[in-house]
Amino acid sequence: MDRSVMAAMLRDMLLARAFEEQAAQEYAQGNVAGFLHLYPGEEAVAVGVLHAAEPGDYVVSTYREHVHAIVRGVPPRQVMAEIFGKKDGISGGMGGSMHLFDRERRFLGGYAIVGETFPIAVGAAYAVAYRKLPEAVICFFGDGAVNQGTFHESLNMAALWKLPVLFVCENNHYQIGTEIHRHSAMVEVHKRACAYGIPAEKVDGMDVLTVHGAARRALERVRAGDGPQFLECETYRYRGHSMADPGSYRPAVEVNAFVANDPIAAAIHHAEPHYPSAEELQCVGPDCVHRFTEHCCAEGHLDPAAVEQLRQEVGAIVQDAAAFARQSPAPEMVDVQAAFLRNRRFETLMEDPQ
Amino acid sequence: MAEMMYWQAILRAHDEEMARDPLVFAMGEDIGVAGGTYKATTGLYAKYGDQRVIDTPISENSYTGIGVGAAMLGCRPIVEIMSVNFSWLAMDQLMNNAAKIHFMSGGRIRCPFVMRVPGGTAHQLGAQHSARMEKVFMGIAGLRVVTPATPRDAYGLLKSAVRCDDPVVIIEHESMYNLKGEVPDAEFFTPLEGVEVLRSGRDVTLFAYNISVHWALEAADYLAKDFGIDAEVVDLRALKPMDRAGIAASVRKTHRAVVVEEDEAPVGVGSEVMAILNEECFFDLDAPPLRVHALDIPIPYNRRLEKAAIPNAAQVVAAVRKLLGK
Ligand SMILES: Cc1ncc(C[n+]2csc(CCOP(=O)(O)OP(=O)(O)O)c2C)c(N)n1
Ligand SMILES: [Mg+2]
Repeated sequence: MDRSVMAAMLRDMLLARAFEEQAAQEYAQGNVAGFLHLYPGEEAVAVGVLHAAEPGDYVVSTYREHVHAIVRGVPPRQVMAEIFGKKDGISGGMGGSMHLFDRERRFLGGYAIVGETFPIAVGAAYAVAYRKLPEAVICFFGDGAVNQGTFHESLNMAALWKLPVLFVCENNHYQIGTEIHRHSAMVEVHKRACAYGIPAEKVDGMDVLTVHGAARRALERVRAGDGPQFLECETYRYRGHSMADPGSYRPAVEVNAFVANDPIAAAIHHAEPHYPSAEELQCVGPDCVHRFTEHCCAEGHLDPAAVEQLRQEVGAIVQDAAAFARQSPAPEMVDVQAAFLRNRRFETLMEDPQ
Repeated sequence: MAEMMYWQAILRAHDEEMARDPLVFAMGEDIGVAGGTYKATTGLYAKYGDQRVIDTPISENSYTGIGVGAAMLGCRPIVEIMSVNFSWLAMDQLMNNAAKIHFMSGGRIRCPFVMRVPGGTAHQLGAQHSARMEKVFMGIAGLRVVTPATPRDAYGLLKSAVRCDDPVVIIEHESMYNLKGEVPDAEFFTPLEGVEVLRSGRDVTLFAYNISVHWALEAADYLAKDFGIDAEVVDLRALKPMDRAGIAASVRKTHRAVVVEEDEAPVGVGSEVMAILNEECFFDLDAPPLRVHALDIPIPYNRRLEKAAIPNAAQVVAAVRKLLGK
């Protein structure tokens, strides 16, 4: 793979991690309220899949969507401002953390009702196919969402009508506090797609290169007109379900096992050419060290200076985003009215690409 | 008499009813091992096991229907929907089945089904987690709808609902689970019908339910202290069926009415109460009744706008002053 693609993916993973940890801090300091569902641990999924996508593709996500939005190019400033509920937020402070929408970047939203996104994605895919456009629709969802009736109904229709949609299950094994074996009779999520004849693959969602490769192949099939494709990415969230959830239902050994398998550490290993010192490894963060060290020992190449530079770069972006969000004005009631019941008449919401 | 929190009162009612009747069981997302989002089922999983405290997948319509099916065979399920916003997904089973099976079977098959839902607008949960749906439930023939404003009623209404042979929806409030209040030690049952006069007054009646009862009580204190207005506060409590006689009785005494509802106004509790006043005691009114209600918009995420969208005690005070010209 091209080194620059690798570096870009690593940068996005580091940015994602730093952004979410900053959001958590802002929450702890009382600058942000609500639920705030964070993504650390799962970065390889969003980054791997979205780096395999084209800029014109549409993305539908859940309430755990900050990272999907950022990787799609939504400015971290505007994501953070939305989390703060400010006027400069990507949804004008009306939506909040769970409802990021970016028309320009074809980010069709974060949604808070589990399972309601399947029909939305299939509908978008229908519109794409109907208008004979070249784009794909990518639909992210969790392991808990596949027990909603809409999952089955939507997969059936997507397959029946051969629609250009890639379903990506972020299987982190938990539906809030309910472990997958207690919420699903069939825990191998990708097998459910077989019921509708949809090609499905299960990949290690902690390894960004694996995810990227599988997503690229799946999207190629979507674009070739083969109809919907399905990817199950096995992953783990390090934090509780949201900032309002301590996550105490999960055994510590389980959490630690996944932290040792950190996807960012794995990505750094692939992207860097030289071997780092122990001190330099430290700054990647304790949760990454284990896997990082192992890989580096085995392969013997990594350049810590480059990693450090990326870390500083994303750190500055995140600090800037937080400062921007803090000073952004709050929306007013007139903004509410402007967001509500706007009859746009015959305007086409998503224009054809130029 | 013990002081306890709203969630503890709900837990106590579950526990007593499950201990008494083996046909009572509870189901919902994260209610078992995790103890419930608002702790209202904490410890029940350990005590009653996974057949009576069931952690469900995210399949609201189907597990609601499973509750209905089990109720037809004599079980007494208490189904918890994690947030009232998700009960939209269960509406088919609730409206087409739970509410109608007794009737459609010519009264031969009962449906003693209880649905508990935390409702209301909490703290920056966004437009899809802030809906108030009482207007939806109270529009469905065949359901009973009740809304506890205090720990005492949270306990007493759940007790009554479990014993009731009709389907009952209990609307709780996300912001009230930690509310403290006195709950008698001895077992009791809060009636599923009828209003309760919480504060007696002569000048105006404030009709409220669920969280708005607290705004009305707060407003009544201000009105007495700062304006010498003696407000009566009536907790509607049962939204379906509504206590027409109880509503009219208060207004026959005070001759003025303000309805305080957390929901937006169109097609709601306020419009229903005003229709009842119109039909029952129009000529007892000294002034047209007023409604204090939420703005007719989805709830904005920004905290200040969120608060501005929902009524408060100050708005109740202003409405009463307008009504009385003071
Ligand atoms: C219809 C509906 N039911 C319940 C919820 C509450 N809820 C929010 S997230 C969640 C768990 C979802 O788990 P999963 O799909 O695995 O996604 P994850 O949070 O693990 O990424 C639940 C039950 C909801 N938002 N919508
Ligand atoms: Mg999950």
